[in-house]
Order: sequence, then structure tokens, then C-alpha cells
Amino acid sequence: MSPADWQIVGFSLRMALFSLALVVPPGLALAWWLAKFHWRGKTLIETFVTLPLVLPPVVTGLVLLQFFGRHGVGGWLHRVLGLDVVFTWRAVAVALAAMSLPLFVRAARTAFEEVEVKFEQLARTLGAGEWRIFFTITLPLARRGVLAGVLLAFARSLGEFGATIMVAGNIPGRTTTLPVAIYEAVQADEDNHAWVLAMVSAGVAFAAVYASEKLSRRR
Amino acid sequence: MNPERLTATFRKQFPGGPEIGVEDLRLDGGVTVLFGASGSGKTTLLRCLAGLERPDRGTIHFGGECWFAADRKYFLPARRRGVGFVPQDFALFPHLTVAGNIGYGLNPLSAGEREQRVAESLRWLGLEALAGRLPRELSGGQQQRVALARAVVRRPRLLLLDEPFAALDTPTRLRLRGELRQQLRHTGIPTVLVTHDRFEALALGDAVVVLHGGRNVQQGPVHEVFSRPVNLAVAEITAVETVQPGRIVEIQDGLATVTVGDVRLTAVAGDLPSGTREVYVCIRAEDVILMPPEAVQSSARNRLAVTVRQLVREGPLVCVHLAGSFPLTALLTQPACQELALREGAPLIALVKAPQVHLIPFVR
Repeated sequence: MSPADWQIVGFSLRMALFSLALVVPPGLALAWWLAKFHWRGKTLIETFVTLPLVLPPVVTGLVLLQFFGRHGVGGWLHRVLGLDVVFTWRAVAVALAAMSLPLFVRAARTAFEEVEVKFEQLARTLGAGEWRIFFTITLPLARRGVLAGVLLAFARSLGEFGATIMVAGNIPGRTTTLPVAIYEAVQADEDNHAWVLAMVSAGVAFAAVYASEKLSRRR
Repeated sequence: MNPERLTATFRKQFPGGPEIGVEDLRLDGGVTVLFGASGSGKTTLLRCLAGLERPDRGTIHFGGECWFAADRKYFLPARRRGVGFVPQDFALFPHLTVAGNIGYGLNPLSAGEREQRVAESLRWLGLEALAGRLPRELSGGQQQRVALARAVVRRPRLLLLDEPFAALDTPTRLRLRGELRQQLRHTGIPTVLVTHDRFEALALGDAVVVLHGGRNVQQGPVHEVFSRPVNLAVAEITAVETVQPGRIVEIQDGLATVTVGDVRLTAVAGDLPSGTREVYVCIRAEDVILMPPEAVQSSARNRLAVTVRQLVREGPLVCVHLAGSFPLTALLTQPACQELALREGAPLIALVKAPQVHLIPFVR
């Protein structure tokens, strides 16, 4: 492992964590909303949330590229806030977030649905408001499932390739993540290098999925 | 008028399910029992009072405050009603300790005051040693007490208990029935308690509301409702042991003479609609007195020659099924049974005082 490799591993982990920070708060809200309320057109929202899970990741990348590009929201961000997204580390975080959100929302939603309504209703008779109920009853009772979702989203982020390469490209030292570096190594005929990075990648993914399985099985 | 009085008239229809309709329900202080078979709408009614279900039509008022008024689209949510709710399975928060459960509803208070109130209620129900336990480490009876403490510690204006013994085994149930009576007395909070068990209703209730098919069919003091059901349905729900069709022969000085089979019974006519001929005669088993056949005169108006058909032990009591002009059931203590040397086939005299023969008009 060269210093450049370590940089790639560190960068990938940082980006995966950063994308979690982007995914978890809105993901929790969305999961709660989908789990506890029923309204017309709910299926449409559910479909949109799940879509990135089944679309080719490059298509999601393409949509993000358009959205954050010069003619989309990206142009506005550039003019008003001076922020560039496309082909920067921000694009990496956004791509990872978009790709891991569906996984997290699905896991958290199931976890929220499994919390029996009777506890929330009882808390209401004890004078608790909805915010307090969420943080003191629903979330603690769903914590295993939510945590499993966090780990799955993290693992998914570490493995993301297609959407990342579309919006963030492959700028060594700036936007190159583990999967992209592996692909590049194979392209450059450096199979041994590719295998080293692949082992690191597999190791982290294994740990995350293993912990996630443990959490969601043992009750 | 009692400021705590609750009045309700409302309807609630579940899609594709039963409708419950409550007419002019009135609850005063003390313990009111909602009594009925399963499926009669007891739990739904209780949840409507708690604010966990929203009725479709009608109104609910409590102590001069409006809780629900369909025409104004007004619905006071559960968290602002100030009621204490104890559901059938207690619904203790599984991730909080006993103290955490009890203190959950005391959020608006300062930490010190909260602690003090929790400590008080732990002491009251003898739960001090369990304060740090999780609900799953408690027995059913302990869980019931924690659920009661959690509801009562907020000093609610109304306490709602849904089948408080349903989740307990029979020995625990019998032991806790008396305790719960004491505890409810101690709090002095007006209470509505749902049950389908008439012994629970008799042991715990001051007043009773009988529900049948989603309607409140009779309400009043427990003993009155249980000994004087207004119709056949209530007689069945309250399990009056002897219900026999009869015919009124004459009514004189407030006393009715009724023929049942080939005997004549005397009953207090009460408020039977005038012109009533066909009736059901209701006699509670505990009101039937048994004597040896050679016994002498007594003041009881109704004296029936019977023979013992069957003896059924029910705890400390014996249910004696008798055959005579019509089937009759008596409830005796074990010692009384032994003194009379009761055995199947033995001839006896059964006595029933006139006020204990209750008449229900026959409605076709």
C-alpha cells in the first residue's frame, strides 16, 4: 500500500461518512413519514425513493450531473454561494448519498413499522407531543433496524462506482474513490495493485454487512 | 352537579366493521364498569374517551369541557385530555426502566419534583425494589402496578382501565382484584374500567354501564343493574342464573302474582308498563335460600318444592341446580351445603323473597 493508496482509502471512508450525514436526517424523516402515514399517491413517492436502487448507477449519475451542472441548480450554487459541485469531492458525497438513501430509507421504514402503535398512543395519553414521541419511543425502539440501515448505507457508499464516475470523475487525489481506483488499476494492467485495493474494500464491506446482519437478526 | 361528570353521545363506524353507538352515557365519580361480552364495543368506547379514536358523530364532554363535538369538528387530542390510560396488555415502554416508565408523563415538571413523584408512587405500590428493572423482568402483577402508577402519577382527571386483569393468570387475578379496589379508592380519581367478568364488575364497580351490540343498554348502580336487568339481553350478559317465561295473573298493592309452569310466584311489580301480561322471571342464584323439606313457616313469599339435580363447585361456593316446576339455580357456601347434606336427588324447599323476583316485560 503506497501513500497514494492510503489517501484513497481514507478519502473513501471520509466520503462514505459524509454521505451518511447527508442521508440520515432526511432519510429518518422520510422513513417515518412513509411508515406512519397513509395518503393517496404514497406509492409514487415510494417508487421514486427506490428508483436509484434499480436504475443503472450511471443513469442516476447522469441525472445528478444534469441537476448540479451549469444549467441546473449547480449554476445557481456557483453564482450565489461560489460552490462548485461537479467533479469535486462534493459531487462524490452527493453521488454516494443519492445511491445509499434508498437502502437506508427502506431499512429505517421497516424498523419504524415494526414499532407497535400502542406505545406511541400510550405516550400521547401521557401528554407527549409527536417530536418527543419520535425521539423517546419510536427511534429507541427502532434503533437496531435503523442502525442496520446506517451500516448498509455505509457499505453501499464504499462500493459506489457508476454514479461517482459520472458526476465526480476520476481526479487523482481529489475525487478518486476505492472502486474507481480499482477500475483504473485494472485498466493500467496493474492487477496486483487492484487486488490489494479490492481486499481492503472487501474487508470493510464485510465488517459493515456482518454488523448490520447481527443487528437486524438478534432481537 | 358533579364537576367531574362525563357525558357522551356518539357514534363510531369502522369500515366494514361494527358500529358502536353510545346514547346519553353519564359517568360520575367512583368506579364505573363498562360491562359486556367481547365484541360489544367496550374497548372502542374506552379509546374514544381516551382520545385515541375519533368518533364520527356526536359529542363528549367532561367536567364542563368539550372533548369532542362533531358538528364543530372539534376533537381534543389524547395528550391534552389529562386522562390516565391503562391498556389491556399494559404497553409498558420496553426500553425504559420501571422508574423511567412511571416518570415518562411527568415531563413538564422539574427534575427534582419528577423524582419525588416517582418515588412516592413507587412507595405507594410497593415497587421501590424494582425501580431499575426493565418491564420484561417483571411478573404480570408487577407490570400491572407499574402501568397503574404511570397513569396515576400524573394525577389525571379520569382514569381508564381496559380489562386490567386480562393479561394475568387466575390466582394473580383473584389476589390483585382486592388490591386494585383499594388502590382506586386511594387515588379518588373517577375511573372507567372495562371488563367482561361479572365478579370483577361486582368487586370493583360502584356503577355499571352494560354494553350490548355496541349500544349502552343499561346503566346504574352495580347491584341494581345486576339484579334488575331491563331486558333479556342484559339478563343474559349479566348471567342471571334463572330466567323463565311467566304470565302475570294479577297485580295488587304493588305485588304481582305470576305463574311459571304450574306454580305461582309473588314479585314486586315495580315499574312494569301497565297491561304487561307476558314476562320473564329473573332470579339470581345468591337470592335463593334452601331448607330441608320438613321446615316450617317463613316470611319468604315464594316457597317451592324442588329436588337437587346437580352440584357444581365454584371455589368456596357451590352452584346447586334444582328441578321442580321450573329449573332453578341456587348459590351456597360449602359449609351450608354440608349442613344440609345435599346430594343429587334430595328433596328440598327453595325460598325466594318477593323483591328478589325480578320481572322483565316480554317484547315480541
